Amino acid sequence: MRVESSISRNAPADGQKEHWDGAANTGHVLKPGELDLSHGVMLYLDDITVSFDGFRALNKLSLQIDAGELRCIIGPNGAGKTTMMDVITGKTRPDSGKAFFGQTIDLTRLTEPQIAHAGIGRKFQKPTIFENHSVFENLELALKTDKRVKKSLFARLFGDDLDKIADTLKQIRLADQADRPAGLLSHGQKQWLEIGMLLVQDPKLLLLDEPVAGMTDDETERTAELFVSLKGKHSLMVVEHDMAFVEALGGKVTVLCEGSVLAEGDLATVQADPRVIEVYLGR
Amino acid sequence: MRTPLTVKLFAGLGPRGWLAVAAIAFIAWVLVPVAHLMLPESHPLHVSTYAITLIGKILCYAVVAVAMDLIWGFGGILSLGHGLFFALGGYSFGMYLMRQIGREGSYQSDLPDFMVFLDWKELPWYWTGSDHFLWALFLAIAVPGVVAWIFGYFAFRSRIKGVYFSIITQAMTYAAMLFFFRNETGFGGNNGFTDFKRILGYSITAPETRLVLFGLSVALLLAVIILGKVLIASKFGKVLTAIRDSENRVMFIGYNPVHYKLFIWTLSAMLCGLAGALYVPQVGIINPSEMSVANSIEIAIWVAVGGRGTLVGPVLGAGIVNLSKTWFTTSFPEYWLFFLGLLFILVTLYLPQGVVGLWAKIKARRAEKAAIAASRAEVAAAPAPRAPAADSKIPNGTAAKGA
Repeated sequence: MRVESSISRNAPADGQKEHWDGAANTGHVLKPGELDLSHGVMLYLDDITVSFDGFRALNKLSLQIDAGELRCIIGPNGAGKTTMMDVITGKTRPDSGKAFFGQTIDLTRLTEPQIAHAGIGRKFQKPTIFENHSVFENLELALKTDKRVKKSLFARLFGDDLDKIADTLKQIRLADQADRPAGLLSHGQKQWLEIGMLLVQDPKLLLLDEPVAGMTDDETERTAELFVSLKGKHSLMVVEHDMAFVEALGGKVTVLCEGSVLAEGDLATVQADPRVIEVYLGR
Repeated sequence: MRTPLTVKLFAGLGPRGWLAVAAIAFIAWVLVPVAHLMLPESHPLHVSTYAITLIGKILCYAVVAVAMDLIWGFGGILSLGHGLFFALGGYSFGMYLMRQIGREGSYQSDLPDFMVFLDWKELPWYWTGSDHFLWALFLAIAVPGVVAWIFGYFAFRSRIKGVYFSIITQAMTYAAMLFFFRNETGFGGNNGFTDFKRILGYSITAPETRLVLFGLSVALLLAVIILGKVLIASKFGKVLTAIRDSENRVMFIGYNPVHYKLFIWTLSAMLCGLAGALYVPQVGIINPSEMSVANSIEIAIWVAVGGRGTLVGPVLGAGIVNLSKTWFTTSFPEYWLFFLGLLFILVTLYLPQGVVGLWAKIKARRAEKAAIAASRAEVAAAPAPRAPAADSKIPNGTAAKGA
């Protein structure tokens, strides 16, 4: 498959060597660049530190997300939530620490497009869609396919792709808006379109930065339903301030504060934690 | 599987577009030659040599404008150094024209006059093969392409964007101008190449030669517009405009913008080189002033005046600006630059979509008026429904989109 080959070609030689040594020890053959979930871990962050001009945005952050898990991340402003997503998606390189996707893919060595191909989709805090393209074209561009120049020049949509786009349009409730310019959608609809753009990429891990900001209560509720239905097939990491929404998702919650993990557990446990209460109410 | 190219080409323009292409081709290849060669000079429909040369020159500029529109209007990359690619194409082909002079120069030498003047005994190595037409044509495309690719590779890889990129392109063309100004570079220094005699053995001033060059300019312009249309309609074009609007999103859905920018940037430079190669035999001179910063800025103004991201607009822009330049520089030479500046300011302030945008606005306003009139008539007929009034808002919406 194209996705794997692009990664293996771009992976540094010594990195590949490491993979093959690993194969010898664990006794199953690893294909370089292919997502290996043999230990049930989707994302593994260890001791990640990122500083900007002396300010530690992330401070020895360690976090692990399992395959098929839905994880909520909460924390006060400046806790490092967005920086963490930047590290995972290759936008920011950590000063130290490890970031692995599955057992084998070292995220700190790949570029943004390579990470997207490996299977990590990201929704930004402010909805970023292509406003001058139609809703349909937005999904068409995001579709999981060969994304090199040569292929794009002669690309053509086939039945499967059209079905996939049609299904996703239904899923994000924009089927009747398919031909409208995306810029004319409401804020909540833009959020959905961006989520839809992640879904057509068929990512293994979805990073969602404040996905329900600007949505009505009804839209928020439907988004929660959508995410819960994705759980199991995909891993999700949701950053959100809306506690009702976090509760509706019902997954494990991680509290970030000053660049590291403060507490972890289900929502009720975390909310009862005195340290969490202090960072939220003490300010 | 791929869409057959012919189908793609046809769909790219639509029947009306193809009709226009056929009409323009007919005018350029049949009517103009007839009007120039058959009709006597006193005839009111006679097309003069001056007009053919002037329009041929503007057509070459229009090709550059369309090439500029591809990267600026669709890719969002403002180059203020496109004059360099145009001049490189011109110089590459100019070398061939210099060699065609043969021994008819002032010094009756095999070497171009300026080399004799510098007391050079043989051609520099990079003039090898310049006496072959096809090699010169190849160089006219390849040299700008290679220069653009190398420059673009480092600039785009380092994620240099916006005004920083524009400034570097300016520096690039300025440096090249200084380089070509030097006599020892081997490109005629200050004077560049001129006094051409022949092209492919035919006299360069013969009316037939001029007509062929004119016809080729029209053909090149049409081909470039069709190529642009097909490119923009393809998925590549959609990704390109997506990069212009939100480069981050493009990266995070798995495209590498560097490759896309590099492709369109290099293609644009190669088209400019081709235009330059057609320009030089028609104008009869190429010198380093073509690489001046002001020239490159003017290219951006053509595109802005015509309308960015429209392909046809830049052609109009190049025509409008250059025709008014011709008129101004003969009637009020000292005011031309003021006028150009004023034009640019007015377009930026009041016509962000250029002349083409103005046309779209007028059309939308007319449609709106018609819709209002229709809804009034309907209200008069049956006073109950309010729906037609809501319909009249639709053209308003498209106007906002167009603006």
